Amino acid sequence: MTLLAFTLPGFPDAAPLAGFAGGALIGIAAAIMLLGLGRIAGVSGIAAKAAGLGGSGMDRMSAWAFVIGLPLGALIIALASGGLEPSFAGPIPLIIAGLLVGVGTRIGSGCTSGHGVCGMSRLSVRSIVATLTFMATGIATVAIMNTTGLEVLS
Amino acid sequence: MSARAITALIGGTVFGAGLALGGMTDPARVRGFLDLFGDWDPTLAFVMGGALIVMAIAWRIVPGMARPLFEDGFHVPTRSDLDVKLIGGAALFGIGWGVAGLCPGPGFAALAIAPADAAIFVAAMMAGMLLVRFTERKS
Repeated sequence: MTLLAFTLPGFPDAAPLAGFAGGALIGIAAAIMLLGLGRIAGVSGIAAKAAGLGGSGMDRMSAWAFVIGLPLGALIIALASGGLEPSFAGPIPLIIAGLLVGVGTRIGSGCTSGHGVCGMSRLSVRSIVATLTFMATGIATVAIMNTTGLEVLS
Repeated sequence: MSARAITALIGGTVFGAGLALGGMTDPARVRGFLDLFGDWDPTLAFVMGGALIVMAIAWRIVPGMARPLFEDGFHVPTRSDLDVKLIGGAALFGIGWGVAGLCPGPGFAALAIAPADAAIFVAAMMAGMLLVRFTERKS
């Protein structure tokens, strides 16, 4: 992991190499789903399918397998790197955020993976517009919360 | 388990590993990227860049394949129209993403890192999806 600890001039907290390597893994995972199952690796759609709430057209067993794989993969990295200790928001902001993410991704047909990675990489107009939209409202939300002094992460 | 389910399990595991390695299971990193007008952390742009490069190559392989390895055909979205649902839904999702610094993939992946916190987010997210399913059924 030390090799991945390279930093960007001007951004001491950024982890560009670890980020790029992680991103490449996400791309490989999405490619496995596309070339293996012929499906978009959109996490919101696959999660909805696993829960029986519409979503991805893949079979339900595969949807469950993909969703179960997500924490498994994160666990492997956490163990290999000697533990990750991120800070999370409290229960109330987590519930508000979860509801908005659940409602928004179903109405908007996708999230960061489906629109952001899979759709943008094939230059889908809908995905590019969706990605620009959720990036804009995400940036605005953080800016407003910071301006009004709303701290959510401990 | 079917070959499809095993492939999906491998896909999900590699995806989760990528999210954790790229720092996306850390809400502070994600909110740092969205904090464009403050103390900006560009890491997420590198994650996105790495994923987009690999997937752009994968899309170029698709036309040369008669069918996917374990399915009868490719099933990818074909719509190209823009509508209120797409933009409104994406806007709501972005607000939620900004509030807690979590989107669906990292939410599930974080179940292995901070189970109690991630479970609250995932439960609320699934409740949100259920809500949409209910209203769509009624209309």
